[in-house]
Amino acid sequence: MSTVFQTQQLAALNASNGWLTAINEAGKAAFAEAQWPSRKTEAWKYCSLKALADHAFDAAATASTTAEQLAEITQIAGLDAYQLVLVNGQLQAELSSAMALSQVSLFSGADAEQQTLIADRLQQARLQPGHHLFNDLNDAALADGVLVQIGKNSRLDKPLQLVSISTGDNHVVNSRVIVVLETGAELTLIEQFASLANDSSFTNNQTEVLVGDNARFNHYRLNLMESDARFIGTTLVDLQRDANYDSFHLGLGSVLTRNDLIVNHNVGGSHAEIAGVYVPKDSQLVDFHTDIEHRVAHCTSNEVFRGIINDQAKAVFNGRIHIHKDAQKTLAELSNKNLLLTNKAEINTKPELEIYADDVKCAHGATVAQLDNKARFYLQSRGIGEQEAQVMLSFGFINELLDGLKVEAIGDWLRPVLAHRFGRDQVFSAEQTGDL
Amino acid sequence: MISIKNLHAKVEDKPILKGLNLDIKPGEVHAIMGPNGAGKSTLGNVLAGRDGYEVTEGSVVMNGKEMLELEAEERAREGLFLAFQYPVEIPGVSNLEFLKASVDAVREHQGKPALDSVNFLKTAREKIKSVNLDQSFLKRGVNEGFSGGEKKRNELMQMMMLEPQLCILDETDSGLDIDALQVVANGVNAMRDPNRSFIVVTHYQRLLDYIVPDYVHVLADGKIVKSGGKELALELEEKGYGWLENGEA
Ligand SMILES: Nc1ncnc2c1ncn2[C@@H]1O[C@H](COP(=O)(O)OP(=O)(O)OP(=O)(O)O)[C@@H](O)[C@H]1O
Ligand SMILES: [Mg+2]
Repeated sequence: MSTVFQTQQLAALNASNGWLTAINEAGKAAFAEAQWPSRKTEAWKYCSLKALADHAFDAAATASTTAEQLAEITQIAGLDAYQLVLVNGQLQAELSSAMALSQVSLFSGADAEQQTLIADRLQQARLQPGHHLFNDLNDAALADGVLVQIGKNSRLDKPLQLVSISTGDNHVVNSRVIVVLETGAELTLIEQFASLANDSSFTNNQTEVLVGDNARFNHYRLNLMESDARFIGTTLVDLQRDANYDSFHLGLGSVLTRNDLIVNHNVGGSHAEIAGVYVPKDSQLVDFHTDIEHRVAHCTSNEVFRGIINDQAKAVFNGRIHIHKDAQKTLAELSNKNLLLTNKAEINTKPELEIYADDVKCAHGATVAQLDNKARFYLQSRGIGEQEAQVMLSFGFINELLDGLKVEAIGDWLRPVLAHRFGRDQVFSAEQTGDL
Repeated sequence: MISIKNLHAKVEDKPILKGLNLDIKPGEVHAIMGPNGAGKSTLGNVLAGRDGYEVTEGSVVMNGKEMLELEAEERAREGLFLAFQYPVEIPGVSNLEFLKASVDAVREHQGKPALDSVNFLKTAREKIKSVNLDQSFLKRGVNEGFSGGEKKRNELMQMMMLEPQLCILDETDSGLDIDALQVVANGVNAMRDPNRSFIVVTHYQRLLDYIVPDYVHVLADGKIVKSGGKELALELEEKGYGWLENGEA
């Protein structure tokens, strides 16, 4: 039995997209047959899809926006980056920097060699653990995408900032990004998802990354959409020998924000550093499903997620670590801490460890934390009221992770945004404290 | 300034303070010494209003107000300041944002005009310099990753920003080298004022060479068992506390 959503999406698919037809067909067949997830579907147990199932989506985007509006929501003040802007899935050359444009290719403009590379990545993605029906839909609808390729021992001198904005009410955007870092390459990529207020469209994103031997990839995935936006995103990361993946994930919160992150340690010596923050409020839902696959020996991973859940919002964190039988000498750490600000706020947190190798170190912890009484007393002993102390400490709980960001401008920019969320505006601007 | 009468307090149902009396006049510096576990830090915590310290008897009147009825933050706003023996680390809360919130709250209560962020920053820079900490400490998390000595100097810096009436320094000298000790002592001495009083808790007479007290008290088993002038500190350093406790018991 398919849902209205499935029927509508199938009907909206284009007949053929040239060399992508094979993947379109595979996705379409799987999507048509897929069971709509329910509370009995393990991977979606706490993630209600009501916001999709009960919603009538239109085929095409209608709303129009001004360049000023767009500029306002794409800016990260203080960030010096090459910007690439996609509006409702369409690349906006006039809003993008020439340098950024020269660094990326569209699938639609791919040469034969790139087509082979892309097709291979797309095929690989279909075999990944946790593959779900929205990945199938993404394959089925795939007509274009963004390819970022950094050549051997090369790097961009600034971060690449990829902004995806949805502006129209009610449409569906399937977006696809493929990143390939060749041996010794380096890239900082900021994926920023934004929407206009009251935009209730659905973004179904998939980003696939291949980090080659000894390459370094710094990745920021920022879900900054307004409350009505629906978002489901998958990030697939393949790490080759001595590859380094350093990432930060933010879920500001919306009626549906679901993120899956799968990191594959494919060859020895690779390291993954993963941090994340989610702060849903009102009736929002944020779900992070992460899966670290230690397939080979001598790899390390460190994952820290923190959430603050306000009002009657709901958050889900499922952190899987899978240490395969040959993955000896693995070091894997996972920590998830949550603060519930009201007694209606909800968190479902679950570490999921599957360990088949015997010589490994794997530490994990998932907690619903209490604010530290000692810290609160310290603030009060300096004249700060109990309520304000509570707010400062809640903000501090996640700001700790912002303090650790490599691209400081992102932390500086997010700090006031998040502080405002907790009802306490920051007094000092980044400019004021810049020289400290 | 402050009058502590017959103070009794329990921690986790265990009596720690057992009838403590202390009178401090404006401008005075009182040193409190005494063996480990005597209740010196407990006194500081009780005065500052920490949860879990249950006062069973007695009164603490500061400038005509009963302190024991006030919340911790209200006492701070009234001008009571405790420099902690073990300051806590609060990662994620920047020293600067914390200090501003603190100074704002205290000044507002005292009817002083608020400092705007520019003036505040200027003052904070001066003060942090005067305690010999790098400016970058302003931006860091409160005490986060600070060494023992850096934490103590950060306490002093807060004290300077808040300009309290009664300053309680709980072993602010412990673990400091002579240079750092001088920084702390100079800071305290610069704040000495006919209207400001100090309680200086220490184990070492050394500090009292720099911060010369008007009185020295010995706190043992929850009470002041002996009081004297600054020469008492020398005597204590020489003889220890044994002779007193035995004598009084
Ligand atoms: N939070 C607490 N929980 C349990 N016992 C406590 C607590 N705080 C203090 N105590 C106990 O109260 C007694 C007095 O402790 P306090 O810290 O006041 O001593 P002190 O005189 O400051 O010692 P020191 O010179 O070692 O700092 C000790 O026996 C201590 O174990
Ligand atoms: Mg003590």
